[in-house]
Amino acid sequence: MRQEDLYINKIDWLTIVIYASLVIIGWFNIYAAVYDEQAAMSIFDFSINSGKQLVWIGTALLLITLIMVADYRLFENLSLVLYGIFLVFLLITPFFGKEINGQRAWFEIGAFRLQPAEFAKFATALALAKLMERPTFDLGQTKHQLQALLVIMLPVALIMLQPDTGTAMVYTAFFIMLYREGMPQHYYVIGLSFITISLLALGIENNLYIVVGVAVLVLILIMLGKKKLGRIIGFISLGLIIIGYTYSLDYVVSKLPEHQQNRIMVLFNPDLDPLGVGWNVTQSKIAIGSGGLMGKGYLEGTQTKFDFVPEQHTDFIFCTLGEEFGWLGSLVVIILFCALLIRLVFLAERQKNRFSRVYGYCVISILLFHFMINIAMTIGLFPVVGIPLPFFSYGGSSLWSFTILLFIFIKLDSHRIQLLGRMG
Amino acid sequence: MNDQRPLVIVVAIALVGMVLLTKLFLIQVADDSFLKRAERNAIQRVVDHPYRGLVYDRTGKIMVYNNPIFDLMIIPREFAIKDTARFCEIFQINKEQLIEGYNSARKYSSVKPSPLIKQISTTDFARIQDYLIDYPGLFVMTRAVRSYPQPVAANALGYIGEISARQLERDTLKYYRQGDFVGLSGIEGFYEPDLRGVKGAKYKMVNVRGVDKGSFKNGEYDTASVAGNNLTSTIDLALQQYGEMLMGGKRGSVVAIEPKTGEILAMISAPSYDPNLLTGAKFGTNYLQLNQDDSKPLFNRPIMAMYPPGSIFKVVQSLIGLQMGVLTPNTTYSCNRSLVACHNHPNPVNLFGAVKYSCNPYYHQAYRAMINREVSRSTFKDTEIGLNIWRESVLKFGLGGQLGVDLYNEKGGSIPTSQYYDRVYGPGRWKYSTIYSLSIGQGEMMVTPLQMANLAAIFANKGYYYTPHLIKAIDGDPNKIPLKYRTKNEVGVDAHHFDLIQDAMAEAIYGTAARAAIRDITIAGKTGTAQNPQGEDHSVFIAFAPKEDPKIAIAVYVENAGWGGRAAASTASLMIEKYLRGEITRPALEEYVLAGNFM
Repeated sequence: MRQEDLYINKIDWLTIVIYASLVIIGWFNIYAAVYDEQAAMSIFDFSINSGKQLVWIGTALLLITLIMVADYRLFENLSLVLYGIFLVFLLITPFFGKEINGQRAWFEIGAFRLQPAEFAKFATALALAKLMERPTFDLGQTKHQLQALLVIMLPVALIMLQPDTGTAMVYTAFFIMLYREGMPQHYYVIGLSFITISLLALGIENNLYIVVGVAVLVLILIMLGKKKLGRIIGFISLGLIIIGYTYSLDYVVSKLPEHQQNRIMVLFNPDLDPLGVGWNVTQSKIAIGSGGLMGKGYLEGTQTKFDFVPEQHTDFIFCTLGEEFGWLGSLVVIILFCALLIRLVFLAERQKNRFSRVYGYCVISILLFHFMINIAMTIGLFPVVGIPLPFFSYGGSSLWSFTILLFIFIKLDSHRIQLLGRMG
Repeated sequence: MNDQRPLVIVVAIALVGMVLLTKLFLIQVADDSFLKRAERNAIQRVVDHPYRGLVYDRTGKIMVYNNPIFDLMIIPREFAIKDTARFCEIFQINKEQLIEGYNSARKYSSVKPSPLIKQISTTDFARIQDYLIDYPGLFVMTRAVRSYPQPVAANALGYIGEISARQLERDTLKYYRQGDFVGLSGIEGFYEPDLRGVKGAKYKMVNVRGVDKGSFKNGEYDTASVAGNNLTSTIDLALQQYGEMLMGGKRGSVVAIEPKTGEILAMISAPSYDPNLLTGAKFGTNYLQLNQDDSKPLFNRPIMAMYPPGSIFKVVQSLIGLQMGVLTPNTTYSCNRSLVACHNHPNPVNLFGAVKYSCNPYYHQAYRAMINREVSRSTFKDTEIGLNIWRESVLKFGLGGQLGVDLYNEKGGSIPTSQYYDRVYGPGRWKYSTIYSLSIGQGEMMVTPLQMANLAAIFANKGYYYTPHLIKAIDGDPNKIPLKYRTKNEVGVDAHHFDLIQDAMAEAIYGTAARAAIRDITIAGKTGTAQNPQGEDHSVFIAFAPKEDPKIAIAVYVENAGWGGRAAASTASLMIEKYLRGEITRPALEEYVLAGNFM
């Protein structure tokens, strides 16, 4: 009986083990990505990124310890304050941040660079949890829907000022949490249809096919049901809206900055310009594709090591894994991610209070989004979006923010008995 | 209300994982094109060019070797220069050349090396070597060009040059790449597969900018180049040199053969050129110049020039007549000058006398006896049958077709067929009186100097020859040379018939070519004159010596030098002495030959 009372036994060690595995595999891959046979530097060498990542991992351990020893009520109490602080950070970043690649997304403090947008994610998650904790909060009500949306959109708007589209996109992931918390289903039906139509509109070059397709569909729907005037008008206007949207989308795309336009076009036709815009995706696919079933062996990859893949240690870190460990290596990592996410769903569902559960689902949402979009972009399933692979990619901001995000939830989970209360 | 929603999320997570894994499976396992593209990306195959085989003469002296030349390479990004004037002075280029070279290198790549100064000689390299260290981004790449210690035998040795588009097309094994050097003529061309060796390959890894990142898998897939085989030539370098000296200022050919083996001891084409001209940087300009030279130095006369055999052919006629039984040593014909012109000599003559005095009417009558055997009532038909049978016998002497020397572009000469006369005169409209010039080696027949030398070898061997060849061993092994050079060819005339002929040829020396005689060495020879409608006749002489145990058979052509007894016989005699004795005892004769200028 005494043993069960020990705090250490209340921590979900399975999650921590998966987390640690991903961080360690990631670290080895970062070394592989920057490894230069001729220089033959040690993985611990601080002049290369694997050495620096070790510093980030060490400091992440410090952060974990701080989170684990802190009072569990602190996060709930401070949630709105943290949210406010990071909003201020985001607000001043475009003015005081260091410009890199046309974006002002980084704060430079000595040799270190921090990306406030990364940290704003867990602050937003805490704020959402705080907002939705109220017993009266009901996502069935438009007023509450708008409140949740406001909490999400505030940081998005500020991040777009930098502008960092990729990170801003991550905030759409919160809709996964909102879905769990009772957001009406038809929003998602409309949203998914919208995405499907958009993809079709962009993917099919000749809009005439879409016009004909929509017309045929509308005709079938009219023929099938009752031939009421209102219904017929409804379907026809829906068809017209879709067609109108198709054409307006093309117009909007043509007004986008060229690099974004190109990223979209390359998704549908990666061979369009393999040496130019398609370079990233083409080289990334070559690196991963050349790995085969078993991979080329650790540190034997040629594509990632010789700089054929840009951003290979950060956003394209998955290439190193795919090239050197092949499909089986990818399988292991993808299973680890899925296992982590499903474990987190299980943890979230066992929370006794809504704050913890909402926060848990926020963690799930963000991790799932990053995991899905990052790998999808490296294999050409999604346009190139500059977002890291959680726990894997090189970088302090990303490792810290994901660690904080995850471990606040682990902390909350370990106190789930104490956090009894106002379940909705 | 939301009970199934967590489940939907779990299913969605699993779905995402499966979609990613499926796509990964498609590009990683199901599709190997990415692997190939990856190799094309990062692995560069660098050809390791083998060392081309060397050529030695029969005494072991080097004839062809590889001389290193140096290309000064530049890597523009690393290149730094402080004092342009001094740089230009050291490397002996002017500022414009430097700027142009630098810019074109940069245009190609700023990190990959390109040549700045091509084909620097060994002496220039020695001069700049010490300065190289002062200039980052410069290094020297070594290549080898052919080099010839003695500037002789140019046409026999041939030259190498960049492979042509047509040759590349014909290279079905895809051994060659554009820019490869191949043997284009002479021994270099014929023995290209032996000389070239085997290319090696090094696989090195390059990064996205093309910068060398070391060998691929520690050189596991690298193959070393295998040097080409060295060739041992049949040529006696000293004899070749001496012959070229004698032929200086003349136009013509000298071919000397070791009768017992068919090994070509010397093959001289005059005028010739210094083979060193067709190597290295100056190849293009020099080739153009040589090609346009009126004296045609690139024309390999011993195997490409064709002349009527003239009187020398009478020896072949005698042998065929003896073998056919038409002639016996006692067969006597009168020197009937109404048939064909002749010169003053004892009359009538038997076969021995006919050879010795080269009696034209004798062979006119003897040849008629060989051709018109009265096998047909029609004299036309009879002549046709006779010509065909006779021609078969002549071809066995290695005439009327290529001998098959180990050089390309050998001409075969011609011995007319009955079809030829049918075409010219119409079938059944020609008879002996039409073709009688053949009896004395004139008319519609052509031979090359090589074929003539081979005739001398046949006479020396009493009825057989080995196909003349220039290479006696490949990689030191005589059994590696083509089988045909080790196979005896019988000419179909019994050996005893040659005794009379050899005796007559030995005596003939004192009659028609007294200058050729050498004390203590019995030379058997025969003069000839190849008629030249364009000008002075060509002087021809064939011989072998010593008569008792022939070591050398030789044919000499000196164009426009008139009667064979003078220039040609003297040259042959000197060559024989040089080869058999190693020295010349008759400086006066040497001077006489050297002074001759018939061009």
